[in-house]
Amino acid sequence: MAALDVQRSRDLTAHPPGLALRRFKDSAFIIWGIIATIIGLGTLVTLVTDLVHDGGHRLTLAFFSSFPSSEPAQAGILSAWVGSLLVIFTTALFAIPIGIMAGIYLEEYAPKNPLTSAIEIAVNNLAGVPSILFGLMAVGIFVQFLGNPNRWFSFLPEGFREAGAHLFGQSILTAGITLSLLILPVVIVATREAVRSVPREMRQGALAVGATKWQTTQHHVLPYALPGVVTGVIIGISRALGETAPLIMIGGLTFVAFLPITRPGDAAFETIGVLDEYGAAVDPSATEMVTIHHSGVVVLPDFTERAVTAGETIELPHGSTVQSVADWGDALASWNPGHWLGQEFTVMPIQMFNWTSRPQAEFLELAAGAGIVLLAITLLMNGTAIYLRYRLRKSIKW
Amino acid sequence: MERDFTKKKVRWIERGMEGLLFAAAAAAIAIVLGIVYVVVSESTKFFAQVSVIEFLTSTTWTPLFDNPQYGIAPLLTGTFMSTLVALAVAVPLGLLVAIYLSEFAGARTRETIKPTLELLAAVPTVVYGYFALLFVTPLLQSWLRPFGVELPSFNLLSAGIVMGLMIIPYIASLSEDAMRAVPRSMREGSYAMGATRLETAFRVVVPAAVSGVVGAVILGMSRAIGETMIVVVAGGQLPQMVTHPAQQGATVTAFIAQVALGDLPFGTLEYNSIFAAGLALLVLTLMFNFVAFWLQRRYREAY
Repeated sequence: MAALDVQRSRDLTAHPPGLALRRFKDSAFIIWGIIATIIGLGTLVTLVTDLVHDGGHRLTLAFFSSFPSSEPAQAGILSAWVGSLLVIFTTALFAIPIGIMAGIYLEEYAPKNPLTSAIEIAVNNLAGVPSILFGLMAVGIFVQFLGNPNRWFSFLPEGFREAGAHLFGQSILTAGITLSLLILPVVIVATREAVRSVPREMRQGALAVGATKWQTTQHHVLPYALPGVVTGVIIGISRALGETAPLIMIGGLTFVAFLPITRPGDAAFETIGVLDEYGAAVDPSATEMVTIHHSGVVVLPDFTERAVTAGETIELPHGSTVQSVADWGDALASWNPGHWLGQEFTVMPIQMFNWTSRPQAEFLELAAGAGIVLLAITLLMNGTAIYLRYRLRKSIKW
Repeated sequence: MERDFTKKKVRWIERGMEGLLFAAAAAAIAIVLGIVYVVVSESTKFFAQVSVIEFLTSTTWTPLFDNPQYGIAPLLTGTFMSTLVALAVAVPLGLLVAIYLSEFAGARTRETIKPTLELLAAVPTVVYGYFALLFVTPLLQSWLRPFGVELPSFNLLSAGIVMGLMIIPYIASLSEDAMRAVPRSMREGSYAMGATRLETAFRVVVPAAVSGVVGAVILGMSRAIGETMIVVVAGGQLPQMVTHPAQQGATVTAFIAQVALGDLPFGTLEYNSIFAAGLALLVLTLMFNFVAFWLQRRYREAY
C-alpha cells in the first residue's frame, strides 16, 4: 500500500531531476536583471542628486544674468547660454534641412548603385566617428583654410576675403557648422526610418492621380513622416547642445565677458585702424577721418580722453578707441547674423568644463550649477522626443 | 508614343529637387573625405619630421617637453585601459538588462524602462566628467582605502566606470532589439522541450541574436574609445604606460583636447602631433566599425 502511494506520487510529480534548482535559477536571474536595471537608473538619479546637492543653491536669477568672473560669488553663465543659443540656432539651420533632404533622397530617390552604397557607408561610419575628429576637421577646413582667405583665396575681391575672414575662423558660424555635421547622421537616420514607415499606398494614391514624385513626397510622404523626423531632430539638437570636445578644438573660449549681440545700455567699443596682436596700431602714425555715431568718449593711443558728440567728424590716429553706450538701434542692428556669426564664443559645456578644472570649491559649485542647467535642458528635450515617439506609436495605426 | 504632359515648370522643379536632395546626401561622403583629408594631410607634415617607427615603437610621449619624444603607445594604453574598464562595467550590466527586458519583463515594464535608460546616453559628457571626478573618485577612494589602495584624484578607473555607465543604454538597447527580433517560434520550441526561460534565453535567444549583440558591444566600445571629456576631466593628462586602472593616464582624445586648450600655434610640430594622434584614433574606430559590419554580415541569422 505504502509502496503504491510512493509510486503514484512519483508519477504525479514526474519532473525531470533538478527542476527545483533550475526554477530557482530562473527566478534568481530576474533579480539580477532588476539589479542591473536599478544600477542604470540609479546612476541617473545619483547624478541629478549630486549636481543639485553641489550646485542647486547657485541657481539664482543672477547666475543667468552675470558674466563669468574670477570672483566666484559674482560669476554666472550669461555669455555661455547666449553663446549656446546662437551656436545651436546655427547648427539647426544647417543640420535640419540637409539631414532631412539626405534622408529623403536615400529612402525615396536613390537608385541602387555603388554611389548610393558609398553614401550609406559614409552615413553609417560618420555616426561612429569620435566627435573630437570632427573638431580636427573643423580646425583644418573652417579655421585654417576658410578663415585665412588672404592666404588661400588671394584671387577673390577684397570684400569677399574680409567677409570670409570675419565669418570663419574661431567663430559661431564655424561652431554651428561643425556641430551640424556631427549630428547629421542622427537626423538622416531618423528621417529615413520615418519616411520608410509611411505605407506605399499613400505614394501610389498620389502618383495615380498624376502627382509627380516630388509633389508626392512633399504633400503626402513628408507630412506623415514629420513626427518621426521631429523626434530625430530634437535628439540631434540635444546632442549638439552637450558637445564640448569639437568646440574646444576650434577654439571656443573659456572666459568670455561679452555677448555676441549687444544689449541697449552695453558699453560699445570701436577701435580705429589695423591692430597688431597686442592691441597697438600697426602703423601708429596713420590717421583716419571718423564720423561719430553716438556721443561718448574717445581714448587716444596715449590714453588721453576726449568727449565727442554724435554727428561729429574728426581725424583720429590709429589705435584710438571710441567708447559709447549702445542704444536700441545698435542692439537691433547687432541681431544681424552678419554681425554675430563671426564673433568668438563660449558655450555652456565649455563654461562648465572651465569651472570643473579649477581647484577652488566655489568654482566647482558653479560647475554643478551649469551642469544642472545643461542636464535639465537635455533631459527635457530627450523626454519630449521619447513622448513624441510614444504618441506616434499609439496614434498611427496603418 | 509616350508623352509627358507635365508642365514645364513642374518638370524643372522635379529635376531641381532631385539634384538638391542628392547634393544633401552626397554631403555625407564629403564630410568623411574632409575628415580623412585633414587628418592625413596634417599627419603627413608630422611624419615628415618624426619617423613612423618612433611613433609606433617608442614608449614615451612628451611632445611638449624640451626633448620631445613621440611614441603613441602611452596614449594607446590609456585609451585601452579606460575602454576596458568601461566594457567591464557596461557589457555585463547591459546584457543583463537586455535579457531581462527581452525575455522576462512584461511589455509595459519594457516600454517604460528602455526609454528611461536611454536618457543615460543623452547626458552631456562634461557632466559625466564632473560626476566621475567629484562623486565617483571620492567614493572609490573611501572604499579602497581600507584595502591599502590609495587612488589618485585623477585616475582611469573612475573615468572608465562612468564611461561604462554611459554606454549601458547603447549595449542594452541594441542587444534587446536583436533579441526581440528572434522569432517567437524558436522560443516556443525550446519551452516545449521543457526548458526554463533562463535556459531558453542563454541557449536559444542569445546565440540566435549574437551578431546584433556583438555589434552593440562594438558600438559601445567605439563610443568609449572616442570619448573625450570624461577622461580629460577625471582621467588626468599625464601620458604614461598604463598598466593598471588605478593609475592616472592620458588617452589619445585627452591629449588632443589638452593641446587644443593650450596656446600652441597651428602648423608647429607640437600642434601637428594632435593630427597624428587623431589619425591613430581614426584608424582605430574605422577598424572597429568595419569589424562590427563584417561580423554582422558573417553571423547574421536570417529567419
